[in-house]
Parts: sequence; structure tokens; C-alpha cells
Amino acid sequence: MAGSDQLTVERGVPDFLGRPGPTAFHRLNPLTKATLATMTAIAAVVLGGLLGPIVLVTCAVLLPALVAGVFRQLVRTAGLLALPIAVSAFVVNLFFFPGAQQVLVRIGPVTATAEGLAFALEILVRILTISGAVTLFYLTTRPADLVLDLERRGISPRVAFVANASVQTVPAMVDRAAQITAAQRARGLDTEGSLWRRIRGVLPIVGPVILGSIAEVEERTMALEARGFTRPGRRTLLWAPSDSAMEGILRWGMLLALVALIAVRMTGTWR
Amino acid sequence: MTLSLAGVGYRYAGASRPSLDDIDLELPEGVVVGVAGASEAGKTTLCLVASGLAPRTVGGQIRGRITLDGEEVDAWPMHRLSQRIGIGFQNPATQLSQVASTVFEEVAFGPMNLGLERDEVVTRTWDALATMGIDGLADRDPRHLSGGQQQLVAIAGLLAMRPAHLVLDEPTAQLDPAGTRLVADAIARLARDGAGILVAEQKTDLIAAVASTLIVLADGRVVLRGPAAEVLADPRLPELGVPQPSAVRLELAAVAAGVGEALHG
Repeated sequence: MAGSDQLTVERGVPDFLGRPGPTAFHRLNPLTKATLATMTAIAAVVLGGLLGPIVLVTCAVLLPALVAGVFRQLVRTAGLLALPIAVSAFVVNLFFFPGAQQVLVRIGPVTATAEGLAFALEILVRILTISGAVTLFYLTTRPADLVLDLERRGISPRVAFVANASVQTVPAMVDRAAQITAAQRARGLDTEGSLWRRIRGVLPIVGPVILGSIAEVEERTMALEARGFTRPGRRTLLWAPSDSAMEGILRWGMLLALVALIAVRMTGTWR
Repeated sequence: MTLSLAGVGYRYAGASRPSLDDIDLELPEGVVVGVAGASEAGKTTLCLVASGLAPRTVGGQIRGRITLDGEEVDAWPMHRLSQRIGIGFQNPATQLSQVASTVFEEVAFGPMNLGLERDEVVTRTWDALATMGIDGLADRDPRHLSGGQQQLVAIAGLLAMRPAHLVLDEPTAQLDPAGTRLVADAIARLARDGAGILVAEQKTDLIAAVASTLIVLADGRVVLRGPAAEVLADPRLPELGVPQPSAVRLELAAVAAGVGEALHG
């Protein structure tokens, strides 16, 4: 057999697989961190007012980020991620809040109102909470680890592959776009300067990026076939992230807390 | 174990004429058979057919017999055939699974798909890495390797399936000279270890270095066949769109310059 008869190296599973994360938060099971991010994002929407979401973002996002040592990265990334939608939502609510009476300031044809400001701040905190929760997850968890953990829990290997490959495709396309940009610029394409020039420069890059990716699909499919991907049944997993009964209780606790919060909000027990 | 193609023809779905016609080929273990030909001559199609991907994955119509040690493989599913015949393509990046964050996991991807025991997966993976001489890269991210290294990882991924035969479709097409040399060394080493290898290549220098037998395709048919050294010296090669290897060109140039005798000492 090719390359197998003469060499049988007695080496086990390498220790770099599943290397534990640097902090206690990193070392949490990926599903626990995913549950925290999801519950926090939903709770941010369910909770009204300012105080609730502020307490939530402090306890579920900022404190864990401090523990994980990713606080500055989190603030920067979550801020950039939320910036476009946060700014537009803030401006729209500040100036165009329906039925608002209390005028703060008039700027030409538009009027900023106190009711609009209050609601805009609520929306802003919610958006930042959601953005922070998602960013915290991605800063402390490799997507592949989450997929591996889900596969161990019984998710179909094909579903797991598609989920994982989809996430991994983004950096691959970014790399491809950078290569094509460099190639096009070497042939005189202007991708810098005014906004119009930049927009004009995007088209010759987007086409090859997308068409190139589509063209590779067939070869990728064949390469997967050649490696037994279509075999029915379970795959062997070399390792899986650690989990504990305590984390299981924590996940259920977060889920129950969210259900309780929704129930309280729906019945109007707490406003 | 011998991979045999007898009277094989193949037509892609919707094509008006066959891309392969009446191909006979024997690929025993430990032998490297080179495939040369102009663009569109049928090299890639031959690789797809020999590996079983055509028509299983690609579609189309096939005729003739493909056997492994006399047993017809028509009814074998791809995941079974892939444990006997591995295929590598020219673009190393498309052969990576995209879901492995280390070279070790990338090479282990195939055996993991087969549902083998974990120890078996680990042993096969280390063996394949060692065979390709890349065990030092085991903890590296495969996406951040050079093209040549990625191609070695891709071939190691095939080896971990423990196939008796490898089909390589222009494995050095996108590689620089250093990457080409790495792959050529690996092909020669694998053949010494007993693998039967079918390698389609435009680079006749590579074929001259690794292949013992060569077939040349034109319009999907075999037009030249024989020991690689003899076929590569055939004066009809340029007409068939196949560049002569540099050693042959050097010899011809020396003869034309009247110093052929001196070249041979």
C-alpha cells in the first residue's frame, strides 16, 4: 500500500489538538459560550429600558471579557461591528421618533426630541450588547471547536462540515480578494482615492472572487469524494472539547432564566 | 494489485463526441506511468476515469472495463474505491478540506470520514506525514503553507486513505521549481514504497525524472506509448503539443551545432 508498509510510527494523538485555552473563560465548553452569547443577545431584546441591558452587558459580556483578557479587543471589534447600524438607528430615533413632544434641539428641518433620545439610547445599548455577546464568543472560541462539540453530541457530520466550511470560507475569500486586488492594481486598476474611484475599482475584483470560488466548487467536491466524505455513518473524532456536569447545569440555568424573563415580560409582571 | 483499463471510452454529459476513446492501460504497484498531451487531449478526463470520479461524481457515459486485480469496480461506491485509488488535483488549495486548523487534522480528514478506530486514524496520519517528510508541519495551519507544501499535505491526505494506486492530475501545475522538486521527490519515494502512480503532466522534465512508462494522448486516444525515455525522445512530440524535456532539447541543439559527440563524451 502506498506509503504504509515501511513506516509505522508509534505516535499518539498530538497534544496540540484541543490545546486548552489561556484563561478559564476560554476553557469553557464552546456550547456553553455559544449559549451565553445567544441568551445574552435574546435577553437584550426582551429586556426593556436602559438599566436591564446595562447590567446584562456588564455581567454577561464585559466581566467575562476581562476574565478572558480580551476586553480592549472586544470593545474595539464590537464597536466597529455595531457602528453602522448603531449610528443609523440612533439618528433615526433621535430625530424621527413618532409622536414625540419634548423638543431638545432643532437642526434645519429635523428636530431632536427627548423621547427620541431615550429610545435611541435603549436601542444603542441593545445593539452594543448583541454585538458584544457575539464578539466575545468569536474572540474566545474557534468555530471548529463548536462544530466538533456539536458533532460529538450527534449533529450530522455533513451539517457540521457545511457549518464549519461556511465559517472558514470567509477568511479564504478575503485572502483571494487581497490577491486579486494586488493583481488588478499591478495592471493599473485604481482602488484608492475618491469614493467613486473605489466603487469603480470594486467590480473588477468582485467578479473574479465570486466566479473563481464557483469554479472551484466542482474540484472541491471531487476532492471530498476522493477522501471518503460521502461514506454513510459516523465519522471518527480525534478529540472533542471538554465538558462537565456543572457546565450542563449552567446552560440549562441560562435557558430557564431566559424563558422566565420572557414569561415575566409577556405577563406584564415587570416592566 | 494492478489497476487496468481495457477499451475505455468516456463522454461527458451533453458532449457531442467522446473525450476518451479506446484507452488500454495497466498500472501495477511500484510503477509510475506518465500521461502527456496537449491541452484538451484528455489527460484530466483519463485521471477522473481511472480514479472512478467519472462518471460517479462527474456524470457522463463510460464504456469498457476498469478492474482492480481482475475485479470490476463499476458498482463500487466512491468511498470504497477511494481506499484503493487516490486522486490529487493541480490546485493544492481546493484539495484542502477547509475545516482543519492543523496539517495533522487535514491529513486525518479522510481516515476520519471512513469511521476507523481512533488509533488507526492517528497511526495512518503520522505514517502519511512521515512518508511525505512533512511531520514537522503537523501543527501548522494548512492554509498558511506554501503551494508546494500544501500539495504535499494534499498527497499525504490521500496516502492516509492507504490506496494502492495514486492518480495525480498535473500536481505541479501551480507550483514553483522548489515546489515541483518536492512533489517529484515524493512521487519517486512513493513508487519505491510500492505505490502504482499515474501522473498526468505538462512538465516533461518531471515525467522524465519519475516515470518508467509514458503514454501520449491526442483527441482522447493514445497516440504514443512506451518506455518514458524512448517516447520523450520521439521527434513527433512537438507536433502533439508536448514539449520535449530539456535533456532532449539540449541534445538536439548540440547535434545541430555539431557538438553532439562531445556532449556524449
